[in-house]
Amino acid sequence: MGLRYLLGRLLGMIPVFFAVVTAIFFLIRFAPGGPFDSERNVPPQILENLNKKYHLDEPLLMQYVHYLNDLAHGDLGPSFKHANRTVNEIIGEAFPVSLELGLISLVWALLIGITAGGLAALKPNTAFDYIPMSISILGICLPTFVIGPFLVLVFGMWLEIAPVSGWDSIGDRILPSLTLGFAFAAYISRLTRGGLMEIRSLDFVRTARAKGLPESLILVKHTLRGGLLPVVSYLGPALAGIIAGALVTETIFSIPGLGRFFIESALNRDYTVVMGTSLLYFTLIFVCNFLVDVTYTILDPRVRHE
Amino acid sequence: MRNNTGKLAAVVSVIMAVVVVGFFLMKNRGSGTKIGADNFIHIGNGAEPKDLDPHICTGVPEFHIIMNIFEGLVGKDPRTLDPIPGVAEKWEVSQDGLHYTFHLRKNAKWSNGDPVTAQDFVYSWIRLLKPETAAEYAYQGYYFKNGKLFNEGKLKDTSQLGFKAVDDYTIQANLENPTPFFLSLLYHHSLYPVHQKTIEKFGQRWTRPENMVTNGAFALDRWEMNKIISIKKNPNYWDKDTVKLAGAHYYPTENLDTEEKMFRRGELHITNEVPLEKILTWQADKTGVYQTGPYLGNYFYWINVTKPPLDNKLVRRALNLGFDRTKIVKFVTRGGQAPAQFFTPPGTGNFMPKSALPADLSLVAEAKKLLAQAGYPEGKGLPPIEILYNSHPGHKKIAEALQEMWKSNLGVEIKLFNQEWKVYLDTMRTKNYQLGRQGWIGDYNDPNTFLDMLMSDNGNNRSGWASQAYDAVMAKAQKERNLNKRLVYFQQAEELIMEDLPVIPIYIYTRTFLKHAAVQGWYPNIEDIHPLKNVSLAATTLAKAD
Repeated sequence: MGLRYLLGRLLGMIPVFFAVVTAIFFLIRFAPGGPFDSERNVPPQILENLNKKYHLDEPLLMQYVHYLNDLAHGDLGPSFKHANRTVNEIIGEAFPVSLELGLISLVWALLIGITAGGLAALKPNTAFDYIPMSISILGICLPTFVIGPFLVLVFGMWLEIAPVSGWDSIGDRILPSLTLGFAFAAYISRLTRGGLMEIRSLDFVRTARAKGLPESLILVKHTLRGGLLPVVSYLGPALAGIIAGALVTETIFSIPGLGRFFIESALNRDYTVVMGTSLLYFTLIFVCNFLVDVTYTILDPRVRHE
Repeated sequence: MRNNTGKLAAVVSVIMAVVVVGFFLMKNRGSGTKIGADNFIHIGNGAEPKDLDPHICTGVPEFHIIMNIFEGLVGKDPRTLDPIPGVAEKWEVSQDGLHYTFHLRKNAKWSNGDPVTAQDFVYSWIRLLKPETAAEYAYQGYYFKNGKLFNEGKLKDTSQLGFKAVDDYTIQANLENPTPFFLSLLYHHSLYPVHQKTIEKFGQRWTRPENMVTNGAFALDRWEMNKIISIKKNPNYWDKDTVKLAGAHYYPTENLDTEEKMFRRGELHITNEVPLEKILTWQADKTGVYQTGPYLGNYFYWINVTKPPLDNKLVRRALNLGFDRTKIVKFVTRGGQAPAQFFTPPGTGNFMPKSALPADLSLVAEAKKLLAQAGYPEGKGLPPIEILYNSHPGHKKIAEALQEMWKSNLGVEIKLFNQEWKVYLDTMRTKNYQLGRQGWIGDYNDPNTFLDMLMSDNGNNRSGWASQAYDAVMAKAQKERNLNKRLVYFQQAEELIMEDLPVIPIYIYTRTFLKHAAVQGWYPNIEDIHPLKNVSLAATTLAKAD
């Protein structure tokens, strides 16, 4: 049952993917301006040469067919802006960086979020609850472009214990991943608290407590499993968002990730890079949500049996 | 139960403690590319380069690197900007200014040891002009005889092009017109030589560090996109004894705050810019790291003269006189810019344009009178005028200041419109605007790079202004070889602009940046050219700036 459901989701992705390719392809083409527009006027003949080189002189539908054909062969085309690079190369270089940053941030987010949320749920309406929950409100409200420079100022400039930019040493990972992870940690702590509080009052927890199990064991063995479901369903979009949405963090800390290409390519009308990065993110979101579905069936027996 | 929560709390605090201790342990982990005693200079370079192919690139960050890894026929003295021998040892110019003969030095070598020959230049210039190369800067080759025809595909025979290798070490260049700034042009990266065998072997991948062969004082060593570009001293360079640095690291520093923090943490010798909010702080700094210098650029508004009410010269002049340029540079841009009382930045190719526009509000009474004369006393009856700019906080601040000043000084209503960059370019090109902002950085150190923009057939003329008198005087200036006579023509051109005012000059650019005390031989100049060949690092250390 569960397997068929997952298979169905996988197959359902194909038409959606096709629709996304088509939509992005035409949307970006219809935006005013082109990849070779610049402040300096390019003589018409030179522009013609450029269009010819990148096959922009062909009818749009032809270009679309060519693109689909290349895509089917795994070729995302050349970048218009980064003249001698292909989109495959750019993604190949930048995506691992984004992935690493995203995963480290996610570890922070889970570590801080679940700890804070768990503490708050264990001792609701005490200082253990109020303090972490107040901080989490702060984390939700403060954008990364405030948290990032603030962390840089404190740990980079005043205490001088962490590098302020770059992506070489392990130390370079600390501040950016904290910056990126903080907002997500805030959400996770609130979701954890809410989920645990709800489960705590259910019958099977009361039974466990009646059996005389210690509270910490109840937390780990009974409540956490159910109580973390909201966190798990949040993780899918969060992971995609944490990898795709790192533009600000990447520029603040000079990290060579993909978030920058994602935004800049749209501004530069670098058509092929727009397509490549968008499709990658689409795939990413889909895969993450798919993994969430799988995790759900493992975590919650009710999903399996329904 | 109480006891168990205690345990959990203990576990959590241990985790937290580990994290904090971890921070302190990380403290001393260097990354290997921070300022050290290895004689490498660390430079903040603005945006990530598009590429390092001298024929394909168009931007300033690219040029910063290309000028150090390649060398053209002539170099440039970083103090005077005069042409100095590069690959060419010496050269002769014919009487009519149409024919140049360059004698190449015999010891010039590529980074792989191959000699740099006349054929290399011929190959490179043909490559620049070939339609298939699709070089945006191909028009820098239009100065050669038949260069334009060849680039347009109307001429296929390369032997008819205006350059040829007489022998291995002699090149003859024949020009379409006498071009007084031709030598200065040869310093432009589009006319640098490239290594034929490397390009033929690696195709698009020839600019990768493992493949790239160059002929400059330095050679490409490392390139990680959006992270770092490193160049190393080229051991085969003919003048390697002059080169003091072991190499340079260039960092893309689009975020100015990050760049400034990198400088303060001792990770950069030179920054590309100074964030606006920090200028006052750094100006007050006494250690001498804050640098400001002239720059070959002007910031102005185009006026669309094809649409009423701005087709009326009186209104255009009123707008030009009705705001305080000094206030804008003092309180809005704040980087030491100069109020633009002319169109061409003073000092461009020794040209000092006469001031024609007020720096302050001294002529505001005249502005009011002109507006009344045009039929709009106190701005009454004048429909709101729109300012178009590309979305950027700096442009917005200037537009808002003008909006306020024109309203209070002249009673003119102004509306602001901002558009995303490419949309803005499109709107400007289709002349669907009234006032549109523009910043123009000169391509070469000659007034022509600014003034030819206003000629009626120039693709960069966004105003729709077409003046026969102006076209005529510019054509004369472009052909004249006598420097003093040229300057007279340029002054006449300036006066014609100031008469009709299809533009609103606002300020002349300056460059502001931070420079580590150890950096020697980095001379301020209007073209912002700093060949690293002449730069060295003294063994002093900078007193901590904060």
